[in-house]
Amino acid sequence: MSRQSNRGTESKKMNSELFTLTYGALVTQLCKDYENDEDVNKQLDKMGYNIGVRLIEDFLARSNVGRCHDFRETADVIAKVAFKMYLGITPSITNWSAAGDEFSLILENNPLVDFVELPDNHSSLIYSNLLCGVLRGALEMVQMAVDVKFIQDTLKGDSVTEIRMRFIRRIEDNLPAGEE
Amino acid sequence: MADEALFLLLHSELVACVYKSPEQGEAENGRCITKLENMGFRVGQGLIERFTKDTARFKDELDIMKFICKDFWTTVFKKQIDNLRTNHQGIYVLQDNKFRLLTQISAGKQYLEHAPKYLAFTCGLIRGGLSNLGIKSIVTAEVSTMPACKFQVMIQKM
Repeated sequence: MSRQSNRGTESKKMNSELFTLTYGALVTQLCKDYENDEDVNKQLDKMGYNIGVRLIEDFLARSNVGRCHDFRETADVIAKVAFKMYLGITPSITNWSAAGDEFSLILENNPLVDFVELPDNHSSLIYSNLLCGVLRGALEMVQMAVDVKFIQDTLKGDSVTEIRMRFIRRIEDNLPAGEE
Repeated sequence: MADEALFLLLHSELVACVYKSPEQGEAENGRCITKLENMGFRVGQGLIERFTKDTARFKDELDIMKFICKDFWTTVFKKQIDNLRTNHQGIYVLQDNKFRLLTQISAGKQYLEHAPKYLAFTCGLIRGGLSNLGIKSIVTAEVSTMPACKFQVMIQKM
């Protein structure tokens, strides 16, 4: 009986495990296919980007979030709505730069690395690099060029995972020639 | 549930990534299918292990197959298998009338030839799951009209 009652949460958890395990299988495969970790990182970022540019549509359709007026608002939406929705976590936002164009997302626990340990010979692998690509791709579709990178990672012995995001510029729509 | 979208996108990236090599032809296609299948196998193994940790022991092979069709499929694809058939000699056919990983490429026949790419991972998923429940099998898939598809499980007697 107790099994029946917690089916809902159970299946939700299982589903995130499906994602985590699938991601793990992907990284493993990439490590076999590429000779060095840098290439794997690059590939993960690229795949993340491809996911991001499509995920943003799903996000906008589902979240009812309107236009953000500044980068701080964007940071809030990313941490409190997007991460919550797709990974079930809410990272905290800290370390704003004085100019307000740079901040860090602190992930207490990163669901992507639930079952993961990095072997010694992959010390420069950025395991969760897909996330950077996703953020970059998604923001590019809403006219924001950003730079995203990991600066702390629990897999490498840090106490938290930290993603640094830097706003580069607004992307102006390139109108087709002759359509001013 | 929202993170389903994430899995669907990750899966299509997985396929795109495996198939990006410029080589083509029968042999290369086979290699790609094997890669995807192997990834699915690993995931299936991990998933079934976590999924069955609180369930009662299975009665027999059929009981296990039913579990795959109902609980396992629901968790992964948000629906049950629509039809399970068996010849009672180790062959099971699982039919899904609206397979989640095919729905997005199912308008018209345009992408029918690409369908097998999107089934390989799931074949591995089933095989990996069964393997961890002590059943060795060969799983193949076929599509005639998308998004419906059939997975054939051939049990290998040990």
